[in-house]
Amino acid sequence: MMTLSRWKIIVVVLATIFGVLFSVPNLLPQQTLASMPAFIPRQQLNLGLDLQGGSHLLLEVDTQALRAERLVNTVEDTRVTLTAEGIAFSELREQGGDITVRITDPARRNDAATVLRRNLGTPLAGTTGGSDITVNNDGEAGLRISFVEAAMNAEAAKAVEQSIEIIRRRIDELGTREPTIIRQGVDRIVVQAPGESDPERLKNVIGQTAKLTFQMVDESADLAAAAEGRAPPGSEVLPSEDGLTPFIVVRRRALVSGEMLTDASQGFDSQTGEAVVNFRFNSLGARRFGEATAASIGQRFAIVLDGRVISAPVIRSAITGGSGMISGSFTPESANDLAVLLRAGALPAPLTVEEQRTVGAELGADAVRAGQISTGIGFVTILVFMVLAYGGLFGGISVIALLINALLIIAVMSVTQATLTLPGIAGLILTLAVAVDANVLIYERMRDEIRAGRTAIAAMDAGFSKAMSSIIDANVTTILAALIMFQFGSGPVRGFAWTLSIGVLTSVFTAVLVTQVLLALWFRATRPKTLPIV
Amino acid sequence: MWPLIRILPITTNFRFVAFAKFAGVASVLAAIASLFLALYPLTPPCGGMNCGIDFKGGTLLEISTAPQAVDLSRVRSELGGLELGDVQVQAFGAPSSALVRFQTPEGESSEQAIEEVKAALTSALGEVTFAKTEVVGPKVSGELFQNGLMALGFAIALMLVYIWFRFELQFGIGAVVGLLHDVVLTFGLIALFDLEFSLTSIAAILTIIGYSMNDTVVVFDRMRENIRKYKRMPLAELIDLTINETLSRTIITGLTTILALGALAIFGGPTLFGFSVIMIFGVVIGTYSSIYVAAPIILLWGVKRGEEEAEPLPVRT
Repeated sequence: MMTLSRWKIIVVVLATIFGVLFSVPNLLPQQTLASMPAFIPRQQLNLGLDLQGGSHLLLEVDTQALRAERLVNTVEDTRVTLTAEGIAFSELREQGGDITVRITDPARRNDAATVLRRNLGTPLAGTTGGSDITVNNDGEAGLRISFVEAAMNAEAAKAVEQSIEIIRRRIDELGTREPTIIRQGVDRIVVQAPGESDPERLKNVIGQTAKLTFQMVDESADLAAAAEGRAPPGSEVLPSEDGLTPFIVVRRRALVSGEMLTDASQGFDSQTGEAVVNFRFNSLGARRFGEATAASIGQRFAIVLDGRVISAPVIRSAITGGSGMISGSFTPESANDLAVLLRAGALPAPLTVEEQRTVGAELGADAVRAGQISTGIGFVTILVFMVLAYGGLFGGISVIALLINALLIIAVMSVTQATLTLPGIAGLILTLAVAVDANVLIYERMRDEIRAGRTAIAAMDAGFSKAMSSIIDANVTTILAALIMFQFGSGPVRGFAWTLSIGVLTSVFTAVLVTQVLLALWFRATRPKTLPIV
Repeated sequence: MWPLIRILPITTNFRFVAFAKFAGVASVLAAIASLFLALYPLTPPCGGMNCGIDFKGGTLLEISTAPQAVDLSRVRSELGGLELGDVQVQAFGAPSSALVRFQTPEGESSEQAIEEVKAALTSALGEVTFAKTEVVGPKVSGELFQNGLMALGFAIALMLVYIWFRFELQFGIGAVVGLLHDVVLTFGLIALFDLEFSLTSIAAILTIIGYSMNDTVVVFDRMRENIRKYKRMPLAELIDLTINETLSRTIITGLTTILALGALAIFGGPTLFGFSVIMIFGVVIGTYSSIYVAAPIILLWGVKRGEEEAEPLPVRT
């Protein structure tokens, strides 16, 4: 063991150079780094949100709402389809996740089933001729429309994907620095926005579905019934925010919807000076809106955002230009936020915030300072203690090994961009203790061997070889514990597990190899008869 | 005098095993007391421990009224009038900061509740900065709790398998009983000193498991070596010898770790304080359990010795 092979020295020297090179960027300010030549590494420690300040949000896509919406739409489509085919029906209703309808003329039941299958179903991905709905006979004269489970799940999965894309676009528009948006599990999304310490704005921007529709106002509806929430078939009662009436009855079928917008921006109404949102339709939207408004001059249409009527203007002339504006009680900021939302598109399903963690930048800076001071003091304490315990030579060698270890940990953490969290700092200190343990095991073993009457060189050899199995076993258990934390933990705990694992690996490396090389060099230079630790 | 290692006697000859019975009784009593403290009253999810919002759900705000000190009783009375379920206000680090925890009332969104609390605090205390906001929904808190417990369970099971694989089943059982002892006593400490039981505490306990195993493995490793070396020595003596042989390492490593963690506890600010205290306790208790829980279990159970293994080898051709 103590024979000094060349590769050991090379490995130790290379590791030290790597450690210095890749940990140095952490000492330099960002501007200095940017002006350095290209071969100098730039990556600094990746601080977690608890140290940097920022917001962490865990969102859940409400796939149940997606189902409910699909159900409502299908009821409407069934009504429209059957009416268009001239098939009389009654008792069209939703029942336990399915839709049931009674066909008045039993002879036409098969016709109805065929036309419903053709009009309502969409082809099932990955199959030929499969459809996402089934239409079956139900009782004497009824039909039952059910949704295929696999299709619903695929749709929910797609909705989560889309939501991630839309959230990314919205956050980019806010100008948040380097947000991380990742999917977690089946229907969850994690958003991490460093530096964004106003979670309310963030939540407003990503939490709003922003589903915009233009729907005709149902002027024929009985207002007294509507006040109790009842609306004629094909219409619905929506709360109104136009400040004139508390609710408005609108036709369920949307004239045009938000997908058909190509642009939206905040502006001001030239007459009233109010903040408004200007928008522009694509060609399909422009044509539909033009046709619909031409056919209903003098009537009102409602601009509906997430199930609430923003305003319900009267159509004075056909609006054919494909552009328009939404006025309501906007401030310039809220109009701008709405424009951002409309540009980025609507979320396919509502999101609920399940978990939120926000740390102000100042608190983060305090934590970094406390972390630096306490780690520094802890580190120096360990170094001093090792020198006190094992003397200048063996203690000093441990100190060098520990210093290289610290450099390596910082370098590896910087290169892998592993997240350093506040508990992670504690992990760092702990790995230094682990490194000390490996050193102590080796030194204690050497003392044992000297006492057993061996020569200095034999004792050193035996110290390393016999301590090895203890060192390996002891560290494998720590790595196992870290793996478990990584598997089950979240956020800061994972950061801790990472730091611990990296630290254990570098600690074993330095405590075994660096110590060995240094001791071998010392031995070759002085040829001692005994070791100064007995 | 220097280096200090010379102060430690070259060979110690403490009769550790002689105290094992006494220590065993003490350990069992301490474990029962800890279980009682941690579990009673049996309110889900955390029993007698001070449940953080990670596991209970709810909202946590860290407020600061620097440079003035926070008037905690004023905060309590102000928030008491808001009809939020279970409001907790506690000092946190500097006198100008405090933690406020509350449950979101039924039928109200967490945003609304936060807005109300912020408005109430700002009107009562003047300028308040909200340095930290954490909201954990009921669904997530349930999952975090379950995952946390599962992590502890898996960690202990994994250690059993590893030690079994590297040593023998008796060693694995000894190590795991030692670990359970450490974990249960740590729960007791958290309950006794009303430390917050949160995700970070789980991380601390997992680390204690790692450290305690580390310590146990070093003792076991030496024991295995001695079992091979001294085939006829009675097991009790052999365990004493092993513990004495590894004693200087145990002391030095334990001391270094405690010194380093002490620095964290003193200078690391309020967030690291709880974490470091739990870890320091874990290091002490982990060291104790390697000597007085894990090793005596092996004594109770017995272990395969050289004589039994010395069966005639199958004849090789």
